[in-house]
Amino acid sequence: MQKSTIATLLAAPVLVLGLSACVSSLPSAEYDRITAEVVKASFQDKGIAKVDRLVQDDANRECAAADVAGKPIDEKVAKAIEEAEMKTVKWPSDGKFLGDWKEGEKIAQSGRGLTWTDNEKTVNGGNCYNCHQITKEEISFGTLGPSLYNYGKLRGVSDPNSPASKAIVEYTWGKMWNSRAYNACSQMPRAGHKGILNEQQLKHVMALLLDPNSPVNK
Amino acid sequence: MADPMRIRAAVAGDEVTVRVLMSHPMEPGTRKDASGNTIPAHFIQDVEATHNGKSVLKAMFSGSVSQNPFLSFKFKGGAKGDKVAVKWVDNKGDTRTDEATIA
Amino acid sequence: MKRHVLALAALTALGQGAAWAQDAAAEGIAKYREMLQDGNPAELFEMKGEELWKQKRGPKNVSLEQCDLGKGPGVLKGAFVELPRFFKDTGRVQDMESRLVTCMETLQGFNAAEIMKTPFGKGEMANLTALATYVATQSKGMRFALPYNTTEEKTMYEVGKRLFYMRGGTHDFSCASCHGQEGKRIRLQDLPDLTKNPGDGIGFAAWPAYRVSNSQMWGMQLRLNDCYRQQRFPEPKFGSDVTIALAVYMGVNAKGAESIVPSIKR
Repeated sequence: MQKSTIATLLAAPVLVLGLSACVSSLPSAEYDRITAEVVKASFQDKGIAKVDRLVQDDANRECAAADVAGKPIDEKVAKAIEEAEMKTVKWPSDGKFLGDWKEGEKIAQSGRGLTWTDNEKTVNGGNCYNCHQITKEEISFGTLGPSLYNYGKLRGVSDPNSPASKAIVEYTWGKMWNSRAYNACSQMPRAGHKGILNEQQLKHVMALLLDPNSPVNK
Repeated sequence: MADPMRIRAAVAGDEVTVRVLMSHPMEPGTRKDASGNTIPAHFIQDVEATHNGKSVLKAMFSGSVSQNPFLSFKFKGGAKGDKVAVKWVDNKGDTRTDEATIA
Repeated sequence: MKRHVLALAALTALGQGAAWAQDAAAEGIAKYREMLQDGNPAELFEMKGEELWKQKRGPKNVSLEQCDLGKGPGVLKGAFVELPRFFKDTGRVQDMESRLVTCMETLQGFNAAEIMKTPFGKGEMANLTALATYVATQSKGMRFALPYNTTEEKTMYEVGKRLFYMRGGTHDFSCASCHGQEGKRIRLQDLPDLTKNPGDGIGFAAWPAYRVSNSQMWGMQLRLNDCYRQQRFPEPKFGSDVTIALAVYMGVNAKGAESIVPSIKR
């Protein structure tokens, strides 16, 4: 049976363990290095899920490090991440932000796509109800994210096309395109930036949240 | 022969409670596999439980009963040490009988 | 069950509001889960596992009764709640499933690499799941007490912690995204906080379990495999250090929690 990566790495002259029965601790950076080796040795491509999905971008690396250290992320680092992520936001190609809320509800309900049991033809869903309450009718909702019920109504959006609503409409689009542009370590997937939802799908979800006719705002 | 059933029987007062866990795929015959082909029906149709050879329960299952069916029932007139036997027959003609002692 | 469905429908129809309908739904689901406890099909897997443990099998035609799961050859009681742990003979920290594969190879002559490549639910992998169910059941009601007293185990814990918080995949999920805080749920499924002891019979203390929704027996290896699938990660190899490290992290955090294995899930 194959020796584990851990055994191989510990055998290397990183630390002289000696004959004592006490448990040796390594510096944190050493554990980080061993973890990277373990990741490399343990994961394999399957279906459309390839190991390149584990390459850490700055945002993920910094946020994970803060979590492991048990401390909130440094403010300057957070700001830098947010600025970099904001630059990735692609605004609607035709300047129109809202689609059809009925389609938006379907997208919010669907959790399909991008797993190794899906394929390139699978139409990705938004996974939204996994974390959020959205309409009042749907009682099967998660609590990992805040409730979005009455989203537009609570923000005074009576006409999404009016100048008064511009700021909210743009924030909502930006947040869905790349949540980390507004909160460096947000747990919310970066739907637009990571290619989970396309422009048309995002417009439909925008309508679900902001269209006064959407059940969300009734 | 299919995997054995798990049967437990216990008496309390004048009532015996029998719990049976059957091992069976219980395919209804309406499901399709990944390629779109219908998975053939394969489910338990008849169940009979006997106490000291006398029938105490008869049941007709259909494809709507789930995989690895669990059945619980009570009957009167059993005593500790008596034998309870459960037999099933499925739509392919396969059958399985197992027994337990009333505790 | 039917009564609850009707009650739910009535509540929703009367427009009592999302809060009411949701409490009724949560209560209904809790009652349904309670009813499922009686007659857990996991017992069928446990019985099969016991047979396989005692049967002479493999090229060497030997039973597994001398398998050392950490407390000595053939000692089953209490073994599950002390895993994963370091094993001198393999020089590895191993969980229950990978240790059983070791025994299947060294005692019975099976090919470990072949077993580990076999899909879940098929061939020797299905037998492994039954064996794991049997072994774990021998510790039912006991409390988790991983020895955690070697450098290798300490290293695995630290690696497991880093893996727990590692964000990746298309959705930037980490284990912590769902299991990093208390009192959250995904849709209507409550999520245990795995950064600490989530309580008796919860999280690490609840697997292997029988899943009613797909009629399958799942050990921790399959549970982690499917977590990573839903996180849109690539696949962790069976018994790989990623899976062991996470098990050490969760197992050490769950110190003192009572094992209810084999349990039953929706």
